[in-house]
Amino acid sequence: IADYIAERDGHPAYPANIFLTNGASAAIEMVLTGLISDDRDAIMIPIPQYPIYSALIGRLGARQVGYYLDEENGWAVSEEELQSQWDAAKAEGLNVKALALINPGNPTGQVLDRKDLEVICRFCAKNGIVLLADEVYQRNIYVDSKKFISTKKVALEDPQCENLQLISFHSTSKGFIGECGRRGGYMELHHIDPYVQTQLYKLASSGLCSGVAGQIMCSLMLKPPQPGGESYDLFMKEEGEIYESLKRRAKILVDGLNSIDGIECNESEGAMYAFPRLDLPEKALEAAAANGQSPDTLYALSLLEETGICVVPASGFGQKAGRIGFRTTFLPPEDVVIKAVDEFKRHHEMFCEKYA
Amino acid sequence: RYPNATSNSTYIHSSAVPLLGLRVAYYSPSTSTGLTGRYKEQLHRYNTRSSTFASLADQVQEVNAPKPPLDVGKQLWEFYLSTGRGANALFEVLDYKEEGYIEPEYLMDFVMDVLKIDGDQIDPNEAFPYAWGRLTQRAERGEVLYSRDLKQWLVAATKMSADTKNSRILEYFQNHSMTGDQYTSDAEDEGVFTWNEETMSQSLRRMQYAVRGEVVMRADQLAAEGRDILYTNIGNPHQVGQQPVTYYRQILALCDLPAEAGVDNPKVYELFPRDVVERAKEYREIIGPSGTGAYTHSQGMLGLRKHISEYIENRDGYPAYPGNIFLTNGASTAISMVLQGLLASNDDAIMIPIPQYPIYSALIAKLGGRQVGYDLNENLNWAVSREELEGKLARAKKEGLDVRALAMINPGNPSGNIMSHCDIQTITSFCADHGIVLLSDEVYQTNIYPDDAEFVSAKKVALDQGLKNLQLVSFHSTSKGLIGECGRRGGYMELHHIDPYVQAQLYKLASADLCAGVAGQIMTSLMLRPPVPGDESYELFRKENDAIFNGLKERSQKLVEGLNKIPGITCVPAEGAMYAFPRVEIPEKAIEKAKEMGTTPDNLYALSLLDETGICVVPASGFGQAKGRVGFRTTFLHPDTVKAVDLFAKHHEKFTKEYS
Repeated sequence: IADYIAERDGHPAYPANIFLTNGASAAIEMVLTGLISDDRDAIMIPIPQYPIYSALIGRLGARQVGYYLDEENGWAVSEEELQSQWDAAKAEGLNVKALALINPGNPTGQVLDRKDLEVICRFCAKNGIVLLADEVYQRNIYVDSKKFISTKKVALEDPQCENLQLISFHSTSKGFIGECGRRGGYMELHHIDPYVQTQLYKLASSGLCSGVAGQIMCSLMLKPPQPGGESYDLFMKEEGEIYESLKRRAKILVDGLNSIDGIECNESEGAMYAFPRLDLPEKALEAAAANGQSPDTLYALSLLEETGICVVPASGFGQKAGRIGFRTTFLPPEDVVIKAVDEFKRHHEMFCEKYA
Repeated sequence: RYPNATSNSTYIHSSAVPLLGLRVAYYSPSTSTGLTGRYKEQLHRYNTRSSTFASLADQVQEVNAPKPPLDVGKQLWEFYLSTGRGANALFEVLDYKEEGYIEPEYLMDFVMDVLKIDGDQIDPNEAFPYAWGRLTQRAERGEVLYSRDLKQWLVAATKMSADTKNSRILEYFQNHSMTGDQYTSDAEDEGVFTWNEETMSQSLRRMQYAVRGEVVMRADQLAAEGRDILYTNIGNPHQVGQQPVTYYRQILALCDLPAEAGVDNPKVYELFPRDVVERAKEYREIIGPSGTGAYTHSQGMLGLRKHISEYIENRDGYPAYPGNIFLTNGASTAISMVLQGLLASNDDAIMIPIPQYPIYSALIAKLGGRQVGYDLNENLNWAVSREELEGKLARAKKEGLDVRALAMINPGNPSGNIMSHCDIQTITSFCADHGIVLLSDEVYQTNIYPDDAEFVSAKKVALDQGLKNLQLVSFHSTSKGLIGECGRRGGYMELHHIDPYVQAQLYKLASADLCAGVAGQIMTSLMLRPPVPGDESYELFRKENDAIFNGLKERSQKLVEGLNKIPGITCVPAEGAMYAFPRVEIPEKAIEKAKEMGTTPDNLYALSLLDETGICVVPASGFGQAKGRVGFRTTFLHPDTVKAVDLFAKHHEKFTKEYS
């Protein structure tokens, strides 16, 4: 894993700084356990975010501070937003200890470029905030204009980020291999206090170790067959097919959603999800309120009943006030995705008419 | 801070409200007389992590007094002592004038007050001389304490800064040549780490887990330097040469292999017995077309849970339901889940056997709860008595603790006893009578060596007794028994008579980690469904199984015999599990030396044993034991265990001479 990282980034990586874990989720849990000491500790998380962060923060008794990603601008992160949320947290007496970023984004699907990452890294370095870089979708990039660049690489190449404390996460559950049930993953510690690192080791030792199958799969994922190897051709064929298909499906789904009146969806540059925004009639909002539900949930349940499609209401990830939407993957086979687009359209029209 | 405050009011910052477990009450000034009494009444243990607190944070309890009642501060002090949390709230309370700082003399008065226990004044100079000295100096120089200063002072006063255990681990970790290039080669020595020993989770700092602690780290260091180390510290059978069960590995492999390469391959019967292929097909059917790579149901695959519930039913003669079973990454994860669901506040306590397997003490510390030890009687084969349980419970109650659950380990670890039917009944009745949830750790249920001994589950005992109201969670694992599949991370827990609401919450918790590893799930089922007579694989399985069993049985007897022959060492028979837990007599000088070094006598002994013989054991202090007892835990997994008895003897003689 250290070899992979060193080759990927062009900077050294050390085996001792790597912890193999039961999926990235377990690593994130370890880090947050080591960070949070007080009910006034806060972790900054992107809004919208993958809800492992909000769930763990809640369970560990700390506070979450959301920084909003800008949907109009391809889910961009701005320094002003980070600063203003941080100031607000301080004013409330909170102590921001860490900031999580997800790149490529989940549920948002955007790929951060060097500029974006510099903004975040500098912000964290300046304020002494530990940066948690969730990079589990680093292989899932579908647009030619974007490339994955690791947070660690950016930090190491930016003199303003000399003191940045950084932990990066990866997983076998995503990419092109989708080995979810294997529970493989790792975290790499960068510039973490040796005392703290020892304590994380102690924490890991109390769970003894992560599953061996997952450990092996992590390494395999990062050391595919090489040209000339007997298995190379089959491997490239399998992986190539998966990649091309995901790329196609991403486009089919997002274009399809955008073609529906009242639904708008940012491009899925990476990851596995579309995160469309919905325009719902006023009456629907009232009905949801009457039911004690979020409008997202009302919509998602209706979608399920009508079409059999099971999505996640956007409220589960956090979003700007007043926004309504859902997250859907584009993982089902292509023909199913094409059909689903029709079904999304049919249901949306039906729903809007029902609550007209 | 609060615009409607009257000048002689004192407020507790909203963040202190949840920490104290206070319920909010509003007092109008006219009811301020007798306030302290009513206020005390309102103090009530609360869930410090519920979402109700988000709303509570907006509310404030007004206390009309020139200084906050001592009780509040004292509660916070004790909270900090046991969990390392609450320094902010304590500062708020002490900074009652809201000036943003505390006068050192005021803090000294406060400390004197909290150190009055049962009318006796404990001298702070004895309790924490370094910290007290620092505070006195501050008072002399007129230096006030800001929030950060108080936090540093608290760390010093509670000895976390002089925490030698954590420092020694740090030393080993940094110099461990097996970690390659030290722990990291790119960090400068003076880094700017805002995440450091003071700001990190203090409950994690307090947590200790000796099974892979200091002695083991030193052993690893020596091994890396080329010494031959005999690791007897951990129940890790394959590490010391035990072979995996062929049948299980074959089926697991065929589950993972794509069909064309495995079960559907024309050549498969050349490599695998027919019954293995049939079984693998059966499992593949259960796993479904998604294969072994997909996330499963968060409780584990239903088909596999059915296997487990069938096993439990056959074993106990009582129904078991797949819905009550959670497949987890080893039993450790299941125990962690349950304790998370149980521990609601810093006064919640778990009763644990002394000695115990330290996952319990570690998790309790990490989760900010309290442990209450009940002693197993070494002279009576580690028996439990009702008096002991009742006594400890009563004492806990007196200290204001709320005992939520009791853990039992059967067969015992490290004690190695098989609990008698009677003792299990004692525990189940005790728990049922007091509404305490019973956690029954039964991972060694197939490590039973005497011919006339029998494992009986806590669930069966409880149901035989007709204890309808006993809340019970039982744990099992693939890491022990005769298969020793530790790295597989397989295990499960069975819930019995648990509140459906709580069960749904445990499901929610499980779902946040998505699911346990599929390899472990499959292995858990396989472990409980071995080949039967008539099966093609039965002969080989029997042969492998018996070899492992007989080896363990023989070594368990010979090791204990051998240890008992050594003058100064006594050991209770190891009838179950994988460990001997001998008691050693050591000279007074050794005990003093240990104290000097800031460590336990067990640790000193174990490190000496390691240096002298290369045998790595775990000091008994890592498990808890009767006061004054010194000992260690060793496994009898290694084929050379019995040969090691000579080394134990030689070292003990040498050690005794050295410190005479």
